[in-house]
Amino acid sequence: MLEELFMPQSEAVSEKRFILPAGQFQRLFDALHQRGYQTIAPTLLDDAIVYEPVDSVSELPIGLTDEQRAGAYRVKRNPEGRTFFRYTVGPRSWKRYLYPPRQRLWQAERNGDGRFHVLAEQEDVPRYAFIGVRACELSAIQIQDRVFLSEQYQDEHYRLRRENALLIAVNCTAPSGVCFCTSLGTGPRVRDSFDLALTEVFGNNEHFFLVEVGTERGASLVEELGLPVAADQQCQMAEALIDSAEQRILKRLDTSDLKELLYRNLDSPHWEEVAKRCLTCSNCTMVCPTCFCHTVEDVTNLQGTVAERWRQWDSCFHVDFSYIHGSAVRISEASRYRQWITHKLASWQDQFGVIGCVGCGRCITWCPVGIDITEEVRALRRREGSRAAPASPKEENHANA
Amino acid sequence: MIPCPFRIRTVRRETQDTFTLELEPAGGSERFAFKPGQFNMLYVFGVGEIPISISGDPANAGVLMHTTREVGTVTKAMGRLKRGDIIGVRGPFGTPWPVQEAEGADVVIVAGGIGLAPLRPALYHMLAHRDRYEKIVLLYGARTPSDILYRRELQRWRAQFDLEVHITVDRAMSGWRGNVGVVTSLIPRAPFDPRSAVALVCGPEIMMRFTVLELQRRGVLPSQIYISMERNMKCGVGICGHCQLGHCFVCKDGPVFRYDRIEHLFERREI
Repeated sequence: MLEELFMPQSEAVSEKRFILPAGQFQRLFDALHQRGYQTIAPTLLDDAIVYEPVDSVSELPIGLTDEQRAGAYRVKRNPEGRTFFRYTVGPRSWKRYLYPPRQRLWQAERNGDGRFHVLAEQEDVPRYAFIGVRACELSAIQIQDRVFLSEQYQDEHYRLRRENALLIAVNCTAPSGVCFCTSLGTGPRVRDSFDLALTEVFGNNEHFFLVEVGTERGASLVEELGLPVAADQQCQMAEALIDSAEQRILKRLDTSDLKELLYRNLDSPHWEEVAKRCLTCSNCTMVCPTCFCHTVEDVTNLQGTVAERWRQWDSCFHVDFSYIHGSAVRISEASRYRQWITHKLASWQDQFGVIGCVGCGRCITWCPVGIDITEEVRALRRREGSRAAPASPKEENHANA
Repeated sequence: MIPCPFRIRTVRRETQDTFTLELEPAGGSERFAFKPGQFNMLYVFGVGEIPISISGDPANAGVLMHTTREVGTVTKAMGRLKRGDIIGVRGPFGTPWPVQEAEGADVVIVAGGIGLAPLRPALYHMLAHRDRYEKIVLLYGARTPSDILYRRELQRWRAQFDLEVHITVDRAMSGWRGNVGVVTSLIPRAPFDPRSAVALVCGPEIMMRFTVLELQRRGVLPSQIYISMERNMKCGVGICGHCQLGHCFVCKDGPVFRYDRIEHLFERREI
């Protein structure tokens, strides 16, 4: 049912590809504005590339690229020139718009002694057009669809935002050092679930977007803009850029047996080892495009006549996340890191039928101490390997003692 | 997902720190149907919302009962509410006790402290359909004699010829001539057939841990034991993430679990 509602057809509506000259990029924004969309796109804010309301292409991170590795993020000038999309993903994800960090769920008004009535939230949500959605992020959105729009429960706040959102994807051509989408089959190439997909071709006096059409909505935009059909050679130029990006993604997460690996290792001494480094700061959960945990907060006005219920992103790294009368369930740092990674990579599969990770690498970049989810999985496998290996003489001695 | 207003019909003090709220829908005459073992999210204006098990009779859908202990901000505020006040209700949520599956078998109910509250609807149901069950045994442990919940009802049930009620307290007081000791001490001599009995267990986690061990020692299979779990909950519908117990969301996959299905999680710390 989800697929019918929100997921554009997996086969492209039109097999044809089109050309949008970079100089005409603004026309796409204008067409979207005319259709009543609020355009959200990458822009530079506080030295990071983030998704913000952007009306003009001049606000895009023109000529910028990023450098990312464990615990480090830098925006730099792109030596290539004035490109639009030669960077990967920043600290924010589209989840910020579909599932806002803080939002009011309802209000209650006191009327008289001990009585009150509850008012449902009347939301006026903009129709979002997301421009620059990467392949891994499309997967992340689909994963959150499974959380918030399940058969058992549909979250109306999410639905309101999600069902009107128009997705203009961008194929990745400049992966960073933390990307591992290829291990999860989510990128770098956009495959489906978009309205339009762009590949930015730059160089040799050429600067254009190759445009793929994913839905009727996308097709009508292409038609309105009167975009010319791409020549084979132009398609090949774009393909070559994506192929090259794919080859430059070197980080790997071995997903074979992943659920079983984590379930087998609930008692691993490795968690104590991670706990020595992990600050339980919750950065990884905040930047993760699939993490969905939230708490609620009740606030009242000064007179105590109006109360409001707000929901707010929360993190399993906080001690009070698991608090029940008197104590928290997960007190040790080790148990909280174990919860996060086991949920993300293992129990998520039991809960929602997919791995909760899309390989975007945000948790690696934004971890202040550079904990790398792929390295921790590797470390677990290594420990298992060494346990399976024949005992060293020292261990034999110990066994005899 | 917004709370429905319910009016407080009565606030009954059960013990020094526990009370029962009897609620009725404030909006109209709609009935509140639930299954034994399910819970509601109860909202106190301006204070907060918490999960509380339903403790009334599932056959009497006109009255909604919740027994709770005053331990936190919300339950303390709840304890100050009075007749006629409005409380917000979302629910019912969660999985029920296996009252159908247990038909034709002995049923042993093991409750610790306030853990008797979520079991009471199951007892009501089974007593209302007494002929469907073989022996029914209730083993109940309280901290002290004055902490015994539903005292009058327990006395009435105890006088009944087709229900065995055994009570124990952790600490006796002068005048107490009953059992002293943990509730698990009642299990070895309780009259039920371990090969067929279905066990329903609710109480503090440590009590459930030892109860499950003792039941297994008597020969009850893990697949015949059901326990009701408690975790932090904010939403009740599996999207806030707080109540996770391994791959389970306690709010929708629980709170009542067949023990063999979560045995590997229950035995671990800080899961």
